Amino acid sequence: MLATPPRVTALKIRQLTKTYYLGGEQVHALRGVTFDVPEGDYISIMGPSGSGKSTLLNLLGCLDRPTSGGYELGGEDVARMDDDQLAEIRATRIGFIFQSYNLLATHTVVENIEVPLVYSGRLNAKTRQRAIEIAEQVGLAGRLGHRPSQLSGGQQQRVAIARSLINDPRFLLADEPTGNLDSVTTEEILKLLQKLNDEGRTIILVTHEPDVAELTRRKLYLRDGEVVSDERIVPW
Amino acid sequence: MVTWIRTIRLSFKSLLLHPLRSALTILGIFIGVSSVIWLLAIGEGIGRAAEEQIISLGARNVIVRTVKPTADAAQDSGYGLTRADYERLASSINTGDEELIDTIVPIREVPREFRYYTRVLEGRLVGSTPEYAEMTRLEMHEGRFFTQIDIENERNYCVLAWKVAETLFPTGDALGKKIMVDDDFYEVIGITKERGQSAGIGGSIAAEDYSKDVYVPIDTLWRRVGDMIVVMKPGQFQRDIVELSQITLRVKDRDYVLPTAELIRNTVQYSHTLPDFSIVVPMELLKQAQATRLLFVLFLGLIAAISLVVGGIGIMNIMLASVIERTREIGIRRALGAKRRDITRQFLIESIVLSAVGGILGIIAGFACGPIIIQSRRLALEWFPDQFAGVPDTIMKMEPQMVGWSIPVAFLIAVGVGVIFGVYPARSAARLDPIEALRHE
Repeated sequence: MLATPPRVTALKIRQLTKTYYLGGEQVHALRGVTFDVPEGDYISIMGPSGSGKSTLLNLLGCLDRPTSGGYELGGEDVARMDDDQLAEIRATRIGFIFQSYNLLATHTVVENIEVPLVYSGRLNAKTRQRAIEIAEQVGLAGRLGHRPSQLSGGQQQRVAIARSLINDPRFLLADEPTGNLDSVTTEEILKLLQKLNDEGRTIILVTHEPDVAELTRRKLYLRDGEVVSDERIVPW
Repeated sequence: MVTWIRTIRLSFKSLLLHPLRSALTILGIFIGVSSVIWLLAIGEGIGRAAEEQIISLGARNVIVRTVKPTADAAQDSGYGLTRADYERLASSINTGDEELIDTIVPIREVPREFRYYTRVLEGRLVGSTPEYAEMTRLEMHEGRFFTQIDIENERNYCVLAWKVAETLFPTGDALGKKIMVDDDFYEVIGITKERGQSAGIGGSIAAEDYSKDVYVPIDTLWRRVGDMIVVMKPGQFQRDIVELSQITLRVKDRDYVLPTAELIRNTVQYSHTLPDFSIVVPMELLKQAQATRLLFVLFLGLIAAISLVVGGIGIMNIMLASVIERTREIGIRRALGAKRRDITRQFLIESIVLSAVGGILGIIAGFACGPIIIQSRRLALEWFPDQFAGVPDTIMKMEPQMVGWSIPVAFLIAVGVGVIFGVYPARSAARLDPIEALRHE
């Protein structure tokens, strides 16, 4: 058997815990989650509601800080970063795709795609051109000046995907990206994600649809704040 | 820089989403800024009108005036300033190495009737020296003022004020004609230009209306009219003996006006036992008027500032509502990498845009102050003449003066109000937890 070349680790998660205080009571949302994500992996995270999916997603997306444990993103320890540094990481290293698209209603397609450029400080004529190119790549040619309310759900999610790509992050985080879409559009969006993964981007996708999870390379199953199964479906 | 321009554009965009709401908020600041400019302009206008009247008396002048003493102190031998006072002032004040006074003018005024054939006008016969014209800023419309030689020769020359010329010579050919005063004839050698009234100062100087004057050389007046004024009315006989009505002195150096006035007072006091003269120093009045004006302007400014604060509260109110409405937008922006200060900046600029637009509109409205006040006063006079009859002259004649510094100051205050009342909403927007904000519906 050929020795597989050692893969670079994109995400290193070590004993991550998160405890909330809700009405004076402690809620252990995560109780020590540990796993590695090699560069270019495509992982789905599943689990019933209350399993800690959302909490993990927030931590992976650098929207929140863990109570304890370690989280390295591209070799950098982000678990102890302050608010501004986390914002910087979100702006430059992570692409977000949400279930409800989270587009700005007052902005056009291109303007929505440009938003992360504003916060990464890369907004210029060249990157603006790139926003248009990306929009065309995800199939939004001819809709560049539309507002979100003039687009279908699938088109809105394409805008969100284009937006997540504008700063060219190596890591995409998708939170139920097909949750609000019909089956045909779901398939299109998943194909798009597949393509992005083929280009070498690391993707973590949170879903509760087993069909969607089947299309990824690896399935993580969470329950009560712990990883209960970690199954690789597509071998390297 | 690009980010800033983008943020400003963005704030215009989001403000235009609620045009009525933004317009009402802007209105608050607009009213504040324009009232600051208006009230300052009105205060300045009133103050300046008063100062101009005082300055028309001459800022460097010291005016010594004859005052009729109270009845029981009055003497038949006469009262008031004398030719001797004039000589003493003329010779004694300038004894040092430096001249304190550059001009000294004796003035004698008597009420008289002026006639030319059948035309008659009551006015003031004023005897003085050639410097009188310059000191009271009389300008010639036609002909010339009398000269020193005319005085020495005691010529029967006279110079008519414009209204006298108009009344006695409606066809405008006065020069060279002779008018009659008492039993004497005086040849007209000049006519003065129209000129505004001077300030009336308490009891010592009545507002001088220069329109009905006839000026003659002072020596001529002494010879033809004399020192005695006899007033005979039914049931009243009054005889006054007065040599000079007024002596006006002009101090050479502005800074020495007040001490020189003191010196003059002492010089005149020396030979007067009766309280029959008074000294008016326009400079003193000017200083008082300026102090009053400053107080007035500050007071008006304070009132206007209150309306600016009210406008600021309006901004804060709207921005707080806006933050709650746009919680989700804040969450999205934070997730996409916006730092807290990016959010703060976005909302702060929005409130500054509101206040700056209000400020600019307020300044534009400020320029309309003068015309609007003058027009509305005219209309008010037309519609309610009775009610406005008693309003003091300073207010009726006042022209609002835009104070130059009030424009940048009002604008900066407006922007400052935007900052002060925008900081709290902007910071509360930035403090939102991104996760909570994203979940917000």
